[in-house]
Amino acid sequence: MHLAYPAVLSALLFCTGLYGVLARRNAILVLMSVELMLNAVNLNLVAFDVWLSRAAEETLHSGQALALFTIAIAAAEIGIGLAIVLAVYRNRGTSDIDKLRDTAEGPGGDGPDGDVPGGDASATRTAAEKAEATA
Amino acid sequence: MTTTTLAVLVPLLPFLGAIAGLLLGRTAPGFVRPLAVLPTLVSLGLAAVVAARQGGDGAVDAATELTPTGSVPVELALHIDGFAALTAVLVTLVAGCVQIYSTGYLRDDPRYPSYAALVSLFTSAMLLVVYSGDLMVLLVGWEVMGICSYFLVGHYWETPEARAASLKAFLVTKLGDVPFLIGLFALATEAGSFRVTRILGAVANGGIEHPTLIALLLLAGVAGKSAQFPLHTWLPDAMAGPTPVSALIHAATMVAAGVYFVARLLPLFEASQAAMVVLAVMAAVTMAGSALAALAQDDIKRVLAYSTIGQLGYMTGALAVADRGAAVFHLLSHGAFKALLFLAAGVIIHAAGTNSLAAMSRMGHLRDRVPDAYWTMTVALLALAAIPPFSGFFSKEAVLGVAEHVVTGHTEHAPAAAGWIVLLAGLVTALLTAAYAMRLWLLAFRGYGAEAPDHGRQPLTMTVVLWVLAVPSLALGGLAFRVLPDWFDGHDLTPTLTTSVLGTGVALVGGIVTYATWRHTTAHAVSRVPLGAVAAHPEGDAGLVEAEAIASHQAAYGDIASATDPSDPGRLLLGPLHRHAAAGFHLDAVYTALFVRPVRAGASLVRFLDREVVETYVRGAGALPRWLGAAVRRAQTGNLQTYVSALLAGTVVLAVAVVLVATGA
Repeated sequence: MHLAYPAVLSALLFCTGLYGVLARRNAILVLMSVELMLNAVNLNLVAFDVWLSRAAEETLHSGQALALFTIAIAAAEIGIGLAIVLAVYRNRGTSDIDKLRDTAEGPGGDGPDGDVPGGDASATRTAAEKAEATA
Repeated sequence: MTTTTLAVLVPLLPFLGAIAGLLLGRTAPGFVRPLAVLPTLVSLGLAAVVAARQGGDGAVDAATELTPTGSVPVELALHIDGFAALTAVLVTLVAGCVQIYSTGYLRDDPRYPSYAALVSLFTSAMLLVVYSGDLMVLLVGWEVMGICSYFLVGHYWETPEARAASLKAFLVTKLGDVPFLIGLFALATEAGSFRVTRILGAVANGGIEHPTLIALLLLAGVAGKSAQFPLHTWLPDAMAGPTPVSALIHAATMVAAGVYFVARLLPLFEASQAAMVVLAVMAAVTMAGSALAALAQDDIKRVLAYSTIGQLGYMTGALAVADRGAAVFHLLSHGAFKALLFLAAGVIIHAAGTNSLAAMSRMGHLRDRVPDAYWTMTVALLALAAIPPFSGFFSKEAVLGVAEHVVTGHTEHAPAAAGWIVLLAGLVTALLTAAYAMRLWLLAFRGYGAEAPDHGRQPLTMTVVLWVLAVPSLALGGLAFRVLPDWFDGHDLTPTLTTSVLGTGVALVGGIVTYATWRHTTAHAVSRVPLGAVAAHPEGDAGLVEAEAIASHQAAYGDIASATDPSDPGRLLLGPLHRHAAAGFHLDAVYTALFVRPVRAGASLVRFLDREVVETYVRGAGALPRWLGAAVRRAQTGNLQTYVSALLAGTVVLAVAVVLVATGA
């Protein structure tokens, strides 16, 4: 198989993932898009490894080994990411990325305390409701 | 045991007692009193044995070098001559009396364990100074005494007077100690050793090239420690400490250290005529000025404090005319009767509930409340005024006799000018001393008015030591003046006829004039001017009563040193001088103007430079980064996807740039 097919496919996958990361609002969909990008890279790794090993006299298949690493790390990353998203959803009642702007600098403030105190209060109230719902 | 072993144990025992007292003070309160009293008493016994074995013969010398210390070796050395042996007996005797007295005086004090341990440490440091044959080891004891006096003077640290006094005592003595240290280094460099014996040997061989400079540097430290003009101002204020501490530190031990040090190194001072004259002038100014100030004080302990300064002036005067025998003789007798005076004053303050002489002069029958203190204090005041046959007479006449000896040119050790200065100042001071001793006695014991408040019977521990100390105050001089020359340099200490008649004559005049003045003033004033502030806790222990008396003196009489009492004979005797004498001739005000204010002004200038000038530059340098930061901060929207877009854009730009560079376009 010519190298162009997997390369084009992985480029398409990567762009789809990139679009998802940049344009999606739901944090879970953003995480899925990140997975798409990672898998596009994996595809590239494997394809180029095969293409290079064809020319070489002997090879360690380092591309494939690296792909295995990437898969393992991706699994860990998605686990932690989903846990964070779940925790954020329990606390805030939403997983909309556009609404998670706590790290924004206030207009004149120096510290990270830019958010209004009412937001905190509503967040704790929601958290209490959630705790009741899960109990 | 050999004499050396015994001598090592003498300072070591109180030191171990102090350590044990500090460690066990909280956990085993029952051991604190024995641990305070017993080591000091055992030391007294050992010091007596050492003195008996030394017996005024050749000095006992022992030295061991722990480790090489570079150019000039520092050795753990003992040098016990007659001076050291007898001074150690005095120190341990007074310290033992003070420890016993303190068990009664501070019996309810919660800080008694640390107090007793510090007194033991203090005693041990003084004994180290007395016995040490190496000037560096001596300096260790010297400085330990400084820090102990800081803690002990500040024992009542709840009162602002005590806090200020302890800081002042520490700083003023340290002011003298800096030149003292430099002088020690200079001396050791020229003599090649810190050992007393080798230094004296170098002096005898003319091996010291700059004796005047070294002697004057050392004199600064001596003036600070022995409270000589101009560094004496800490001692009257140090009366804010408990009375036993005053007796120990400010009568017999710490202030004696300076005199003792000069006595040890007297040949060095003799090598410089200028130093001897400076010493004589210092002694004369100190004597006369402090006696005048003592006549104007209202606090009974401040009278005694100024009297201590004056008597130390006599000792430095004796040193200025090159007779250390007379100086140490006066040191011994003064140590006994001044400790007695302070301890008796403590009993009186407890009984009267006030430290003000003006208030005491309005109490009837105070002497019947404290018969022990009345009789022993009478003995001690007679000794202070140098009335024969009390001990002070013999020692003071020894000083005056030597001065007269120098004046008539019988010795080449000291300049005749020094002799004249010391003799004249000594006679004037003898007059004034008798006057203020008489005034103290009359105001404290011959008052009439309302009955003195009843504070119950004084503890036995407090009255017994008074009689113990009364024995040497009464008899030491008369018994010892024939024996002591064997222990000292061999100079005759017998009173000569001229100075005895002169000295006793002026003392009697001083006493009689004061008595007449007192009769005159009390006849008019006492009934008309009521005065008096008495501590509110008659059932409290003596320490509590005294702390309250010190704290309330300024509030009740408007000044810590004097009271507006028209019936005070001192006021009539001094006339317009009274106001200045009460304030110690405004030396504190002079120091405030000369040192405190410039330092404060310098501090506020530095503060201004730091706050207004340096910080302006810092703030200016910070302005540009702050503006840039404000600009960059606008990009921080908090939207994750904006950040990732910026990241992507950056990556694309970099990739394009790399491709362009790689293709060489």
